[in-house]
Amino acid sequence: MDMAQPEHVTAASTQPVLEVEDLRTVFLTDDGAVRAVDGVSFTVGPGETLGIVGESGSGKSVTALSLMRLLEEPARIIGGSVRFQGRDVLAMRPDELRGWRGDRAAMVFQDPMTGLNPVLRILRQVTEHMVSHGRQSPATARVRAVELLRRMGIAAPERAAASFPHQFSGGMRQRVMLAIGVANDPVLLIADEPTTALDVTIQAQILDLLRSLNEEFGTAIVLISHDLGVIGTVCRRVAVMYAGEIVEEAATEAVLTDPRHPYAWALVNAVPRLDSPAGARLTSIEGAPPNALDPPPGCRFAPRCPFKIARCDTDHPPLMEVAPGRRARCWVTADGRRLPAPPIPAQAAPRSAAPEERPLLEAEGLVKHFAVGRDGFFGASRIVHAVNGVDLRLRRGEALGIVGESGCGKSTLARLVTRLHEPTAGRIRFEGQDITHASPAEMRPLRPRMGMVFQDPYASLNPRMTVADALAEPLLAHRRAATRAEARERVLKLMATVGLKPEWASRFPHEFSGGQRQRISIARSLALQPDLVVADEPVSALDVNVQAQVLNLMLELRERLGLSYLFIAHDLAVVRAFCDRVAVMYLGRIVEQGPALDIFAQPLHPYTVALTSAVPEAGRERVILGGEPPSTLSLPTGCAFRGRCPVARPACEVPPPLAEIAPGRLVACHFPGSFSRPGHLS
Amino acid sequence: MLRYIATRLAAAVVMAVLASLVIFLISALVPGDPVLAQLGDIAASDPATVLEWRAKWGLDLPLWERYGIFLNGLAHGDLGISIATRRPVLEDIAQYAPATLELATVSFLLAIGVGIPLGIAAAVWRDSWVDSAARIVSLLGVSSPTFWLAFIMLAIFYGWLGWAPGPGRIDPIAFPPEGPTGLFLIDAALAGDWEGWHDAAAHLVLPAVVLAAATIGLITRTTRAAMLDSLGQDYVRVARAKGLRAQVIVLRHALPNALVPVVTLGGLAYANLLAGAVMTETVFSWPGLGRYTFRSAAALDFPAIIGITMVVSATYLLVNLAVDLSYAALDPRVRR
Ligand code: SF4
Ligand code: SF4
Repeated sequence: MDMAQPEHVTAASTQPVLEVEDLRTVFLTDDGAVRAVDGVSFTVGPGETLGIVGESGSGKSVTALSLMRLLEEPARIIGGSVRFQGRDVLAMRPDELRGWRGDRAAMVFQDPMTGLNPVLRILRQVTEHMVSHGRQSPATARVRAVELLRRMGIAAPERAAASFPHQFSGGMRQRVMLAIGVANDPVLLIADEPTTALDVTIQAQILDLLRSLNEEFGTAIVLISHDLGVIGTVCRRVAVMYAGEIVEEAATEAVLTDPRHPYAWALVNAVPRLDSPAGARLTSIEGAPPNALDPPPGCRFAPRCPFKIARCDTDHPPLMEVAPGRRARCWVTADGRRLPAPPIPAQAAPRSAAPEERPLLEAEGLVKHFAVGRDGFFGASRIVHAVNGVDLRLRRGEALGIVGESGCGKSTLARLVTRLHEPTAGRIRFEGQDITHASPAEMRPLRPRMGMVFQDPYASLNPRMTVADALAEPLLAHRRAATRAEARERVLKLMATVGLKPEWASRFPHEFSGGQRQRISIARSLALQPDLVVADEPVSALDVNVQAQVLNLMLELRERLGLSYLFIAHDLAVVRAFCDRVAVMYLGRIVEQGPALDIFAQPLHPYTVALTSAVPEAGRERVILGGEPPSTLSLPTGCAFRGRCPVARPACEVPPPLAEIAPGRLVACHFPGSFSRPGHLS
Repeated sequence: MLRYIATRLAAAVVMAVLASLVIFLISALVPGDPVLAQLGDIAASDPATVLEWRAKWGLDLPLWERYGIFLNGLAHGDLGISIATRRPVLEDIAQYAPATLELATVSFLLAIGVGIPLGIAAAVWRDSWVDSAARIVSLLGVSSPTFWLAFIMLAIFYGWLGWAPGPGRIDPIAFPPEGPTGLFLIDAALAGDWEGWHDAAAHLVLPAVVLAAATIGLITRTTRAAMLDSLGQDYVRVARAKGLRAQVIVLRHALPNALVPVVTLGGLAYANLLAGAVMTETVFSWPGLGRYTFRSAAALDFPAIIGITMVVSATYLLVNLAVDLSYAALDPRVRR
C-alpha cells in the first residue's frame, strides 16, 4: 500500500474516503442466493460521519463486513465497487488487503466480551498490528499503546496493558477495542453496533469517545446501529436500510424530525422518547421484511407500507433526490412531499389505580446475597450482594417499572418477588399472604396468579413442543381445563388475544420470528389469568418495530384484563411509556422512586439525572457519568453512588435513607435535586 | 499455586491407596488360586506343600492383615516380592518400565507431532483435500485393531520390504547401551554410541507408529474441532480486521485457545500409552511393562499386579496434574 500512497497523497484531502457503488452481497444457500446487500451506494468524505440504521436482517452489518472484505462463507460480493481513497478495495490482492485493513481502515465490532483474545495480554493485542504494519517498532508501539489506552479513558493504563481481557468489564473492553481500532491512525473507522452490549451510561461514554476521535483526529466514521438515537449522537448523516437497500439517506437530524421514507417514518415513530406525550401508543407497522431470496417486484416495503399507492406494487422505486442533499426510495415522497405525523392515538385511559387497602404485592427490606466461587482453594467464599434492602408496593392494576444498569439487582428482584429465589432477609407478601419462605408446594396455588415473561423467549420455550402444547401445558397442569379439547379451545382464544393466527397452533417455536415468540410467551404468561405479570426485559432483544408491537400489546392487555405489571427494563423511554411508577435501582437498592412522568421530567437523584441524560436522543445535552458501578462483591460504605456522584460531599459518607420528599416521590440522597442536567426537558 | 499442587498430590496419594485396596479385594474374590498356578498340579495335590507355600507367602493371614503389611511396605517404598520371579516387585518394574516409557513417549511425541499440525491444517483448509486426508488418517488410526496393524506393519516393512528391523528393542546380537536411565536413546546418546542409538531408534519406529495410530486419530479430530471453534470466534475476526498475516492469526490467536481440549486428551492418551501397550509389546517382543503385566496376570502374581496398579495409577494422577497445570499456563482465566 505504500507504493500506492504517493499518487493519492495530494488528492487525499478532497477525495472521498469511501465511495460505494451498487454493492451487492449474497449468501449462497441451498435455496438460492439470499440478497443481503442489494445495490447499496454511498460516499463518505474525509472526516465525515455516516450512520447506517436498520433492523436485524436489513443488511447493515453485511454491508460493513463487505466494505472491509471480512465476509465469510457462504457470503459473497457479486457486484458493485468499493473505492477507498480511489483504490479499488474489491480488486485488492490478499497482501494489499492485509496491508490496508487495520492500517488505513479499521473496524470495531459489537461484542467486546468476545472480541478480545482471552489468552493474550491487552498490550500485545493493541500493539501487534502497529508493529506488523511497520508503523511502530515494538518499543514505540508499547509507549503508544499505553498512551492510547489512557486516551480511551482507561485508568492505570500501564497496569491495564499488562492484564488479560477477562479482568475488564464490557465497557473497558470496548475502550480497548477502540484503542486497537485507531492504533494506526486510520482514515476510516467502521463501528458495527459498538455499544449495543453496553449499559446506557457506558454507552454514552463510548459514543462520546467516538465523536471526539472524529473531531480530534478527523477519522471518518461509519457507525452501524439499530438505534437511530445512537447514530444521532455521533453521525451527521444517516442511511436507512431496508431489505438490503438504502431507502433513505439524509442528515440525521432531518430523518429524525421529518423522515421521507415510510420505513424511516415507522422507525422514528416506533421508538418511545423520553419527551413523547404521556399515554401515547407507539406506531408499529405489521408484517415482516420480505423474503430476501425473492423480493417483491415493486417497492420492497409495499406489503407493510401505510402510504402505499397503486404503482408501488409493480414499479421498484430508485433512490431519488427528494430535497437538496437528501434521497429517498419512495414514489409518494418523490415529489418532495412530507409524510404526515403519525395519527395521535386515542389517549389511553388515565392510568391511575384506585388506592386500595391491601397492595397486590408488597416487599419490605428484601435482601438477596449469593455465594459465588471461592477465591482459590482455601480462600474465603465470595458473596454477591445482589439486592440490599428493597421496599416495594404494587397496587392492583398498576404498572411499576424497575430500571437500572446491569448488575443493579433488578432481575434478582423479579425472581425474588415471584419466589424463584428465596430472599436472604426481608418479607414478601402477595395479597397479604406472607410468601417469604413459602415452600414450592405452598407456592403452587399462587403460581397461576403470577405470570412471567423473560427477555429471551426462545430460551424459555421448549423447542420440541408446538405452540398449542406449550400453551395448553399450564392449563392442564393447574387443572384449568378438564380435557384436551377444552384446553385447545382456550389456547386458540389466547392466541387470538395476543395476535397470533389460529393456524399457527401446531408450529414449533423456531418457526416464529422473535416478536412472535415473545407474543407466545406473553400468551403463556396469561394462560392462567394471572393478577400479576412480571416481565424481565421483555422487549430488549427485539427490533424497534417489533418492540412497539409487543409493548402496544402489553398495554392493551393491561387495559382489557386489568393486569398489574412489574416491568423490568434498562430502556428508560420504554419504561416511561409503559409504567405508572418507576423505581431506579443502583447496586441493589432503590435510589429513587415516583410517578414515571415526573421522574423523567425532573429527576432528583444524581444517578437518575445521569441515567436519563445518557439516553441517546438527538438534540439533547448530556452529562456523561464517569466510571462504572462498583463491584457487588464488596459494598461501598455510605451512599453507594458516592464514587461516581458529581455532587458528592463529605456528608455522603452516611448512607442516605429513601425518604419521601414530595408526595409520591422518594429519593435516597442527602442533596436531592442539587444536580440537574444541562437544558433538561420539562 | 504450590498449595494447589500439594493438595492435588495429597489427593493423588489417597486415590492410589484406594486403588490398591480395590485390587486387594478383587484378589481375594477372584476364583483363581495362585497356588495352582505356581506349584503345578502335582505339588498342589500335597496339602502339606500347599500349606507351607501359603505360609511362606503370607496367604494364610487374614485379608486385613495382608493389606496392613502391604501398606506398611508401601510406606517404606517396598512393593513386596513377586511370586513368579521371586524378586522385589519394585526391581522388576524398574527393569521393565524404561522400555515402556521410551516406547510410549516416542509414540506420544509422534502422535502430537502429526496429530496437532494435521488437525490445524484440516481446520484451516476445511473441506479441502487436506481435510479429507486428515479424516481418512484419523479414521484409519482409530479403527484399525492394534494387533492387526502390528502384524501388517511387521509383515510389510520387516518381512517383505526389509526396511525395518525385526522385533525387540535392539539387534539381538548387539549389546544394549549401558546407562543410568534405561532409555536406550538417551543412554546411547550419553555414551556417544551413535551406532547403538541408530539401532534403538530403528527398532522403535514400527512399534511407535502402531501404538500411536489410534492416538494420532483422536488428536487430529480433537484439534480440528477445537480449531474450527476458535477460528469462528469474534477475536479471530478482529485479528483479520487488524490485517494480520494468516499464520499469525492461526498460530497466535486461534491455536492457544484451541489447545485446552487437546491437552486434556493428550494427557489421557499419554497415560493410556504407558498403561495400554500390552498388544504392541507382545507382537514386537518389547520387554516392557505391558508384557510384564500380561505375564503377572497369567500367573496370578498378585504382589506384582498390585505393584503395577500402584505405578499405573500414580502415572495417571501425575499426568492429570500436569494437564491441570498446563491449563493454567494456557488460559489466564484459570490462574488465580
Ligand atoms: S414506494 Fe409506495 S410502498 Fe414503497 S415506501 Fe413509498 S409509498 Fe410505501
Ligand atoms: S447522597 Fe451524596 S453521593 Fe449519594 S447521590 Fe446524594 S449527593 Fe451523591
